[in-house]
Amino acid sequence: MQIRTREFVPRATFALHDPNLQRALANAAGGFIGKRAKAVAEVPEFEALREAARVRKDEILAELDLWLERYEERVRAVGGQVHWARDAEEARAIIRALCARAGAKTVAKGKSMVSEEIGLNEALATDGLEVIETDLGEYIVQLAKEPPSHIIAPAVHKTKEQVAELFAEHHGTTPEPTVPGLVTEAREQLRCQFFRTDVGITGANFLIAETGASVIVTNEGNGDLTQTLARVHIVTAGIEKVVPTLEDATLFLRLLARSATGQDSETYTTYSMGPRRADDPDGPQEYHVVLVDNGRSRMLGGPWREMLRCIRCGACMNHCPVYGAIGGHAYGWVYPGPMGSVLTPLFVGLDTAYDLPNACTLNGRCGEVCPVKIPLPDLIREVRHAQQRDGLHPPAEQRAKALWRRAAERPALYHGLERLAVRLLATLGQNGRIRRLPGLSAWTDARDLPAPAGRTFLELWHAKGRDQ
Amino acid sequence: MPLPPDRAGTVGLFATCLMNAMRPNIGFAAAQLLEDAGWRVEVPREQTCCGQPAYNGGDEDAARALARRTIAQFEAFDALVAPSGSCLATLKHDYPRLLRDDPLWAGRAQALADKSWELLTFLHERGGAERIRSRFPHRVVYHDSCSGLRQLGIREAPRALLARVEGLTLIEAEDREVCCGFGGTFSVKYPALSERLAENKVQRLLATRAEVVLGGDLGCLLHLAGRLARICAPVRVYHTVEVLAGLADGPGIGQA
Repeated sequence: MQIRTREFVPRATFALHDPNLQRALANAAGGFIGKRAKAVAEVPEFEALREAARVRKDEILAELDLWLERYEERVRAVGGQVHWARDAEEARAIIRALCARAGAKTVAKGKSMVSEEIGLNEALATDGLEVIETDLGEYIVQLAKEPPSHIIAPAVHKTKEQVAELFAEHHGTTPEPTVPGLVTEAREQLRCQFFRTDVGITGANFLIAETGASVIVTNEGNGDLTQTLARVHIVTAGIEKVVPTLEDATLFLRLLARSATGQDSETYTTYSMGPRRADDPDGPQEYHVVLVDNGRSRMLGGPWREMLRCIRCGACMNHCPVYGAIGGHAYGWVYPGPMGSVLTPLFVGLDTAYDLPNACTLNGRCGEVCPVKIPLPDLIREVRHAQQRDGLHPPAEQRAKALWRRAAERPALYHGLERLAVRLLATLGQNGRIRRLPGLSAWTDARDLPAPAGRTFLELWHAKGRDQ
Repeated sequence: MPLPPDRAGTVGLFATCLMNAMRPNIGFAAAQLLEDAGWRVEVPREQTCCGQPAYNGGDEDAARALARRTIAQFEAFDALVAPSGSCLATLKHDYPRLLRDDPLWAGRAQALADKSWELLTFLHERGGAERIRSRFPHRVVYHDSCSGLRQLGIREAPRALLARVEGLTLIEAEDREVCCGFGGTFSVKYPALSERLAENKVQRLLATRAEVVLGGDLGCLLHLAGRLARICAPVRVYHTVEVLAGLADGPGIGQA
């Protein structure tokens, strides 16, 4: 996927003025937030579950190598193969080779953010493979030739009218902008495709070490068809997806569905384990798992470790006011919103993704809803610190910050400057406010600046001889 | 009314940068409420900024330097009190974290954090609420500022204290836990985003048909008052403590 994080500001500005996007975002936010709140309220122990999940994830991460090896062992034992990919390039190469060996012409895909992360679709297309996205949202964005704008709802930026037009254009049907109508239409189109795919590629929500199973949750059942009807099933997953036991997976599944879509559980929770056995009625002939590191093991040892707890539910972006105002495309890469504001700079560069952690008010709602209690605002701030260490903040800002610091450490100077500024601002005020202030137009373009009265609190207080 | 024994000490009033410069009335209101509650109030002359802009702006080193200054200025008081949840969250949560690896300062940072209070929480939990004698016969809507709400859990205190004000009717806005879009330097670094979030918030506030908007953090209030003034909305904005102290008889923020 093309990295467009440097265009954050223009793309965000464009998004603010895109009426279709604004309509779609308003609908989506209302649904996600309300449904999650309701689902959470129905589980009195939800907070205890979050805490248990935080603790358990940290325990697992502390022994991640061990659980990954156990998982690999179990996958082998049930006839599957595990491939280790150090980075995106290796991951693509492994999957391309598997497809080539299978003589594949057509690949069906379940939704997988890791496959976006490693740029899989483009690579497969270069090899002349036909790639069919089978998740409804992914199918929509694939038709529209767009990247997903949300990690669980890839087409959340589109209104149903836009989807209907898109379908009409591609399927040669009459636009029918109702949700059930659109779902049926996509189902009819996709159903016949499943039967002619050679390779099915899915992501994984969890990999279970004790059984060697991979788990995906979907609401459309497309994951099941993707992995059972193809000759070869390839699972792609980040290495942080492994959990020791089925019981662990259950804990995270309870949190995942409620946090993501406000459901008790997603409609389909699908376990897959190895290729078809002799007495299985269906299933793939080959079963492969591609475990992708791509910087994750480096994260384990540093200040970003807690980010590896993420179970990709999307609650942080659903509750982020900035995401809610601009949608996911403005962020310019695979992971948008608060979790993306931490992850994206780590994947594509602190410089390249400069704006993402900075375009955040640190209001903290993301951290409050995170099912595994990732302190997102703290991590976002931590990215800014790393950017400071690398000298990446704009030069004018760095100079201003350095000057401000020197003043703030010298009370006489600081208070003198405050008194001066307050007097100046007071003379500029009309009816208690300043409508335009050259030099501070970033403020006054959007709002008035309330004018101060002309004396600071400290000078007034001490003039009264109150103390010291 | 005799004072309980734990209210005989001296409070250091933290004069936040914005309050000091833009709205001294809040400082006087805060001092009055503390004095009415039986505390002696002092305002250290040498205090400057708590360091939050540096901390959030990426400059940990500057934040540490300012944290040490603030600790030295205030550690002798029985308590530090500030009319702001945002600055207070920096003192309470960030100072101990910033200085945890500094053997000379880690303990002092924690000690100050333990006795630092946001004003309304202080009055609500340590006593003084019963001495509020204020009248404000208006329909008001209270804006929850994010740092106070999420980092300090300030939710009940302002509402409980406002309930004591004669004639005041409190109306709750929809989406009251959603950020107003101020965000410190965010407001000028990403003005288009800040404006949109402000507008979303202002529409929620106006939908209550309240005459007055109150809040506990001047940053958010300058931002909201500025936006309300820009769209010519006939609503007044005050800091909560101005109303509680009976000092909201003058013009609202951004008005004359």
